[in-house]
Formats: sequence, C-alpha cells, structure tokens
Amino acid sequence: MKRFSGWTLASPATLLVVIFLILPVLATIATTFMTPAGPFATYTSFFGSGFRRTVLWRTIQISAITTIISLVIGFITAFVVSRAPGWLKSILIIAAVFPLLTGVVVRSFAWLIILGKNGILNSTLLSLGLISEPATMLYTQGAVIVAMVYLFVPLMILTLAGVLESIPDDLIQASASLGARPVATFMQVIFPLAVPGLIVGAVLVFTGSFTAYATPQLLGGEAQMVMGTLMYQQAMVTFDWVSASTIAAIMVVITIAVVLLMTRIARRLNPMAV
Amino acid sequence: MTNKLHPALIAFTVLVFFFLVGPLVIVIGSALSDTTYLTFPPQGLSLRWFENIFQISAFRRTIITSLQIAFLSTFIALLIGIPAAYALNRYRIQLPGWLSTLFILPILVPELVLGFSILKNVAAQFSAPIFLSLVIGHSLLVLPYVVRVISASLASFDFSIEEAAISLGSPPLKTFFTILLPNVRSGVIAAFILSFITSINDVSISIFMTGPGISTLPIQILAHMEQFFDPTVASVSVLLMVLTVAVMAVVERTLGLTFLAK
Repeated sequence: MKRFSGWTLASPATLLVVIFLILPVLATIATTFMTPAGPFATYTSFFGSGFRRTVLWRTIQISAITTIISLVIGFITAFVVSRAPGWLKSILIIAAVFPLLTGVVVRSFAWLIILGKNGILNSTLLSLGLISEPATMLYTQGAVIVAMVYLFVPLMILTLAGVLESIPDDLIQASASLGARPVATFMQVIFPLAVPGLIVGAVLVFTGSFTAYATPQLLGGEAQMVMGTLMYQQAMVTFDWVSASTIAAIMVVITIAVVLLMTRIARRLNPMAV
Repeated sequence: MTNKLHPALIAFTVLVFFFLVGPLVIVIGSALSDTTYLTFPPQGLSLRWFENIFQISAFRRTIITSLQIAFLSTFIALLIGIPAAYALNRYRIQLPGWLSTLFILPILVPELVLGFSILKNVAAQFSAPIFLSLVIGHSLLVLPYVVRVISASLASFDFSIEEAAISLGSPPLKTFFTILLPNVRSGVIAAFILSFITSINDVSISIFMTGPGISTLPIQILAHMEQFFDPTVASVSVLLMVLTVAVMAVVERTLGLTFLAK
C-alpha cells in the first residue's frame, strides 16, 4: 500500500493558512493602496491626522512602558522561581500559569473592580484617610498599563524561568568562588545568559500590548484610544473599512519590524541566540 | 548561592505573586456578594448572581456557542495539525523550511488583523455564515498550538518503530492509530486543552464576527459590562476560572504542570 507523502499530510493545514490567513490579510493590506485618491492616500491621511498620530504614539508608549515593567518584574521573579526548592517552584509556576489561562476579559475586569470610582483601591485609600475624595483611576494611561502588566507578567515569568533554570548552579558558584559579589555575578554571568529569553519575552509583550483590544477598551475607553480600539471603531462603528485596513497594515508592519529588530539585537548581543 | 537568595528578592517575589493572584481573589469575592452592585469584600454571601447568569438568555446562548466553537475549531485544528506536525518531523528533508514558519503565522499576525481580514474578505465577500467564519478564525488561531505541541512530542518519537510496523505489513492508517497516536497521546491532550482554552477566551478575532443572534461568551461579557455593573460578570468569570482549574487538573494528571511552562 502506498504511503502518504509529506505534502499530502501537510496540505490541509497549509491550505487553511494560505486561504484563510495569508490571502485575506494580503487583500486587506492591498486595498489600502488601491484607493481612487492614489496609492498612499490612506497613509498620508492617517499620518496627517493629529488625532491618529496621537493614538499611534500613545500605543507605542503604553507598549514600551508595559514591556519594560514586565521585563523587570518578570526577570527578578523568574530568577527567584528558578532557584526555589522543587515543591515551592511547582506552586509558584501554578500561580503564574493560572492567570495566564484565565481569559483577558476576566483579568481586565478584575482591574475594573479595583480601580473604579467606588472601587477597592479608592475605598481603601479613603478609609485610610490618604485621599479625601475618590481619585479618577479608570480611563487613564496608568490604568491601561497596570492591567497590561498584569496580563503579561505571567508570560514573562514562565518564559524567563525556563531560561534561568538552564543556567547551571556551577557557573554561579564558580563566579562567587572567584570573588565576584552577588551583584557582579548577576550582571556579568546571569544577565548575559538570559538575554535571549529577555528578547523573546520583550517581543511577546510588546507585540501583544501593541495589538491589544479588550484591555485598553475596558480600562482606557475612548479617552485612551489605542491602535486596536481605533481599528475596531473604524471597522465596526463607523464602517470605514479602508481606514480600518490602513490601521491593520500599520500594525502588521510594526509587529514584523519589532520581531526582526529584536532578533537582530539578540544575534548581536549573543551569537548563541536564535 | 542556591539557597541564599537576598531577602529583598524574596519579599519582591511575594509581592509579585500577591499582585498576580489578588485580583482573581477579588473577582471571586465580588461574585459571591449579595449586593446589586460590585463590591469587595462581599457583603452577605449569596449564589444568586450565578443563577442570574442562566436567567439571561444571551449568556445561555453564548455559553453554548462558545463551547461549540471551541470544540469544533479544536477538532479541526487537531485533524489537520497532527498530520502537518507529523509531516514536518517525518519528512523534514522533503518539505521546505518555511513550512514550519507558515504554521506559526496565526500567532505572528495580530489577531485583530486576522479577525478583520476574515470578516472583510471571507465573511462579507462570500457572504459566509458568521458561525462558519468564527470556526475558521478559531481553527487558525489554535492551529499553531497543535502543530507546536505535537511536534514537540514527536521529536522524541523513534520513527523506526513505525518503520518496523509498516515493514511487517501494517497499513499506514492502522499504523498511525496503533503505533503513532498512542505515543503522542500526552501531546494530543495538551494540544487539545491549550486550543480549547485559547478559543473559549478569544476576544480579538470573535469581536469582528458577532452579529444579531450570534456571539461568543467573552463578547457577551463585554456587552453586558457596557450596560450593567452588577456581580453577574464576576460570576461568569468565576465559572471560567473553574473551567481553567479543571483543565489544569487534567494537565497535571496527565503531564505534570511544568509542561505548560515550556
């Protein structure tokens, strides 16, 4: 009996991706260049609008700040997790996996309860006498960033814990026995070895925050419109599909650019990296 | 060094885990409150908001739709993803290198862009039914998880066992079901679970493909939140968390949780 060839087996999945992902996405991008006003008209109008430039800049800012905070928190926590005794490590990993598997809507909703006008944070601060009237925390850039950091820290911890765990203890002991202080060991031995993991984590968090929808929608609303919420609004509220396609194209380009740039940086910093 | 972590590092880690778990505890607490508004700590314990979920027909409908879509799209992704992962591992030389990148494209392309493109160029263009478009979108979304997880378990599979079965006269399909599949069983379970959870929680693709009469649970939660700020959403969230715990328990039983950390 004849056996299936590699292509036969791979073709259904290949066709699904080509027909329902590559072609539709390319078609979306292509339409932005085929407007009656000329090939780049939609882009000049996007970048010509002060409001849209603000949205793009805000999105970049939120994503960059989220990435940096998540990197710092994730790195320190992952370091402790990777050096924890076995039983504790399992508990900590469960505590990180659980939020990760809980949906983005649920996790953003939690912050809605915490940061609301009559939310837990406000009522706690009021009862402690730290503030005299409820502070506005929702629909600020800070609210979006806090919720995004909450979203991505577990991912960062899990990505980095694996990398840090693979650093042999011998290496750290050798560094210490040669007289390096803990901080020097951390900066000169552990950090450089963790760079590939940090880059992977940074790419995941940056692209994830840059294209996020639910979190900025719930915690930022209209006041903190970002690329994702703007794209949704253009597509489903004002039904301006050309404009939505333009935002989609810009998102794809920036995502790809970040991935390529970070992989290049990873290669330069560490020749052993991907 | 191993056991001597600086106390400041330990304190920091404790705070981080408090930050990770705390908000979810707050959601659970709010769901149990007897009040008509969201509050924590709960005032009076009650399960009435859980009953309320099932009294709202939109929640009943979308829970069913979400489960149907999650099962269907996971099934499709397994059906086409397992052969693809097998081909990638078994016929590595025959197939071009970019093929494995192709299968992770749904992760690389922003979900919103994928959702919008399916709406615009599949659903609207060919007036495909919304339910079908949702299944297509979700199948794409979960395909990378299937291919990656199955590939990982095939990496340690010794293909000479399969050769032996075939040279002894076992037909290809029988070989697949009796030799290959049992060996990657744990991978299939993990792929199923990751896909299912990803599909159930998806917002960014589904948001473009809901219309009159059809919607998924996360989208319904968002819609409900725009109008009401009562504990119903908290109770739905708790239901989703219970589902997650159940899933984690299955993973723990079959594979050990460290599997998810890879």
